[in-house]
Amino acid sequence: MIKNTLVDLFGKSPIKPLQKHMTVSASAADELIAFFTAVLANDWEKAEDEYNKIRSIENEADVLKKDLRLHLPKSLFLPVPRSDLLDLLTKQDKIANTAKDIAGLMLGRNMAIPPSMHTLMLDFVAISVDVVHKALKAIDELDELLESGFSGHELVIVERLVAELDGLERQADDHEIAVRRQLFSLETELPPIEVMFLYRIIESIGELADRSQKVGSRLLLLLAR
Amino acid sequence: MSVLAEYGTILVIVACCFGFFMAWGVGANDVANAMGTSVGSGALTIRQAIVVAMIFEFLGAYLAGGEVTATIRKGIIDPSMLGDTPHLLVYGMMAALLAAGTWLLVASMMGWPVSTTHSIVGAIVGFAAVGISVDAVAWAKVGKIVASWVVSPVLAGTLSFCLFMSVQKLIFNSPNPFKSAKKYIPFYMFAVGFLISMVTILKGLKHVFKDAAVKLTFIDAVGMACVMGVVVALIGIVLLRRVKVTKESESEHRFADVEKVFAILMIFTACAMAFAHGSNDVANAVGPLAAVVSIVGSGEIASSSAMPTWILFLGGGGIVIGLATYGFKVMATIGKKITELTPSRGFAAELGAAGTVVVASGLGLPISTTHTLVGAVLGVGLARGIGALNLKVVGTIFLSWLVTLPAGAGLAIIFFFILKAIFGA
Repeated sequence: MIKNTLVDLFGKSPIKPLQKHMTVSASAADELIAFFTAVLANDWEKAEDEYNKIRSIENEADVLKKDLRLHLPKSLFLPVPRSDLLDLLTKQDKIANTAKDIAGLMLGRNMAIPPSMHTLMLDFVAISVDVVHKALKAIDELDELLESGFSGHELVIVERLVAELDGLERQADDHEIAVRRQLFSLETELPPIEVMFLYRIIESIGELADRSQKVGSRLLLLLAR
Repeated sequence: MSVLAEYGTILVIVACCFGFFMAWGVGANDVANAMGTSVGSGALTIRQAIVVAMIFEFLGAYLAGGEVTATIRKGIIDPSMLGDTPHLLVYGMMAALLAAGTWLLVASMMGWPVSTTHSIVGAIVGFAAVGISVDAVAWAKVGKIVASWVVSPVLAGTLSFCLFMSVQKLIFNSPNPFKSAKKYIPFYMFAVGFLISMVTILKGLKHVFKDAAVKLTFIDAVGMACVMGVVVALIGIVLLRRVKVTKESESEHRFADVEKVFAILMIFTACAMAFAHGSNDVANAVGPLAAVVSIVGSGEIASSSAMPTWILFLGGGGIVIGLATYGFKVMATIGKKITELTPSRGFAAELGAAGTVVVASGLGLPISTTHTLVGAVLGVGLARGIGALNLKVVGTIFLSWLVTLPAGAGLAIIFFFILKAIFGA
């Protein structure tokens, strides 16, 4: 194979793979809605299917993560700091991990959710997934940011997206408080261990939104000069 | 003298073969590098790139290649040292051509990065210093050439950095990048036309119209170059009219249409790049050949003889054949691998490199087009324009200097003594 100085000059851009990883991570969170619908309907067979889907998506994200890390040697000259990119990748990856943890724990314990909590719980999951999608949208701007040299008009668009992301995360927080309050009012009637784990699930769903917000703030940090 | 009288024709024919071989090598490797950026960014298809290369390489060689050819021909060696033994210079130039050509062939087969320019300069310095005498080398001029190898990538990088920053400011950061692109890109086209015409008028025409006694003042030259720039920009505006906004660009790829506008600009910078390459690199093959032909023809080392046009045609023809037989493959490989370079970046890199090379050609400095282009791409990268650049290449460039110069020199020395043994001292 002929070696060519000009060809060797170009490394593999990490931007597209990073976006791909975020898309995959977000799709893991997406499946949570179907998973919760199955759990609420007490359809554990379907729930297991959904869990397996989430697990394979999380696996895919892991593969993408490792591949991207391998292709980011220190000798590469990048438009943004390498450490920031790697950190952003880790934060994105945690979204898929959290989704898998939530589904895994609920499936493992066959956790039933009290019927009076169903609506609030589903809303809470939905808004957390919305937060994930807002983060995905911000990450989707990365290639446009690269195109415009990480400055100017495009920067304003991303800043606006991240502000919207923060707003959504606050909404998710409010939902979390509401769900917790409802569980608190019911907890005396439920088995204590069940309640403990329900709190933990609520916390994890909140974490999903929280981690998405962190992706957004990491993105802003990456752009700050 | 007797050697030249006896074997003159054979020597010229052999030298022509060597020169053609060298030109073929330039066409097979170097041209692909110069044009690969345009192919990679999708601004030109391979077929179009070859046509552009054929026309503008030749124009560059013919209109602006005189100074570099003169340097290769008689600037590196001090002719006054060789007054009594002109045939030694003939052997040396032939040896240099053969050495550089062989080295290029071997190195490209082994996959080593090499530069045509470095090979030929190394070869000429080598045979002159060892085969004739250390004093025969015009070291001051060689020093300048070597310095230009360091300066040219840096200068190209600075130029393309500034070009790309201006593109960001004027176009990408504006509220409507597409509109701004259409508004400002003709100015870049003007710059392309102006630059090329300026160098051609100042440096090229005196070789072309030597006998016509055309005298131009600097102001005349600026005026003519301005007119040429405006003509180029007008052609560009006509082409730009054809680019229309597509619907889907609103959402997914906001800048896709802007890149289409830049792709038009890149057709112009590709022509400039081919012109610049022709003006600098054709001399590598043509310069030594011209020296041989003029010495054999006149029997002495004349420092001011005009260069016959047929030699330029031979060099240009060799390049075209090199491109057609092998270079298009290299071009395809490069084009496939550097798709990261979108037209908006590719144009900045090409214009930065072409500008540097053309100016160097005007000054008679043989530089490496590829290294200049690498410097230009790095400049765009510094302006945060490219996803990822491999800095190890900078090390490779230093290595290619260290390896190519002695290799070219060593081979030239060997061939020089072989020729001397065959044809007699």
